Amino acid sequence: MRHDHLISAAQLSRADVEAVLDRAAEIDADPAAVRERHAGTVLALCFFEPSTRTKMSFDTAMKRLGGETIDMGSVESSSVKKGESLADTVRVIEGYADALVLRHPSEGSAQMASEFVDVPLVNAGDGAGQHPSQTLLDLYTIRENAGLDDITVGVMGDLKYGRTVHSLSMALTNFDVRQHFVSPASLRLPQSVRYDLREAGAEVSEHEELAGILPELDVLYVTRIQRERFPDEREYRAVAGEYQIDLSTLAEAKESLTVMHPLPRVDEIDPAVDETAYANYFEQSHNGVPVRMALLDTLLDSP
Amino acid sequence: MSDHELRVSKIRNGTVIDHVAAGQALNVLAILGIDGSAGESVSVGMNVPSGRLGRKDILKVEDRELSPSEVDVLSLIAPEATINIVRGYEVVEKNRVERPDRVVGVLSCPNHNCITNANEPVDSKFAVLGEELRCEYCGTFVRESFADHIDAS
Repeated sequence: MRHDHLISAAQLSRADVEAVLDRAAEIDADPAAVRERHAGTVLALCFFEPSTRTKMSFDTAMKRLGGETIDMGSVESSSVKKGESLADTVRVIEGYADALVLRHPSEGSAQMASEFVDVPLVNAGDGAGQHPSQTLLDLYTIRENAGLDDITVGVMGDLKYGRTVHSLSMALTNFDVRQHFVSPASLRLPQSVRYDLREAGAEVSEHEELAGILPELDVLYVTRIQRERFPDEREYRAVAGEYQIDLSTLAEAKESLTVMHPLPRVDEIDPAVDETAYANYFEQSHNGVPVRMALLDTLLDSP
Repeated sequence: MSDHELRVSKIRNGTVIDHVAAGQALNVLAILGIDGSAGESVSVGMNVPSGRLGRKDILKVEDRELSPSEVDVLSLIAPEATINIVRGYEVVEKNRVERPDRVVGVLSCPNHNCITNANEPVDSKFAVLGEELRCEYCGTFVRESFADHIDAS
């Protein structure tokens, strides 16, 4: 991969994805081999929104490569509170670090920030936009469990605001994947994502119910239906129950189905599913560390 | 001299923007940032008869020649417009507008959560995709009513 920054999954070619996933597999198999690989490197964690998994896995990834991290802390305790622009914040932090990871509530923030810095910048979520490093670990998990070609993937939940879905669906167009999207009509994929999928020639279909397509799926990627997105609580209740997975839901699924979720979950997946072979969401989350180690290794070595 | 040409006086130097879709003249002024505060002399004809358009608007702006970026944006709301550059009462250049590949710094993104609406030191940038525009930051599409998104500030 020869990119200065990772802003959107649309940047990633099949070769880029495979290079990062192959590197992640090497690291996963022998983490000790890279223990000092980036000694002295400093990664800045710039999280303008709360994060647990993404932030901690980048933190861990950098440290396991021998580097260090600096953290701007919460927005409340930073100069952002004084009204500093994002452009100024990243320009200042660039002076302290060799690479930046940015999460910000505004769409397009990572793209804009990348125009102001020369060190590699990774988009760790820009509003409802993109989350490409999550996509790499999602792809790693899919490859481990089902392969990445000639598979059928169902993506279910809040497809409108779900940035992990936007990134994943785009990245899957590099592979021979049939994509089914399941959501209430009000939370369908946004127009921009549907446009990109169409332009990429993706094989895509949209549904309001899972039942009809579940038996075909090799992977089911579940996201949270976000209650706060609904103006009316009754409207939320009307659809929420339709998008929950439990053992009875999965009765019609292939035995080899891989169930994934970017987490945190609330009630989308019944805890009883955790104990089955379907459940891969915790493995998926754990994959964040080797995949982000591979990503950082690649970006930091990029010419 | 035709009847509609008599309605607005000739200019010595400047730009005549002709064949603007009826009703868009004030949006054209907004694009050009003309609100009279700089003392510009502007003549506006609205809903004048047009052989090509039925009805059209026409603007004559004294001592002002449009920049290429202004013409680009003009093309979005007045794709049929012709731009006449006038010097010494003579039309020295006559051009049809053409849709550009990109529009920078003129329209605001309709997505309120787009970073370009957050007081950052960055211009809005839209790719022109056929009849639609797409924000280069957040991906949001603008399909029509471009004039509603003109950033007149």
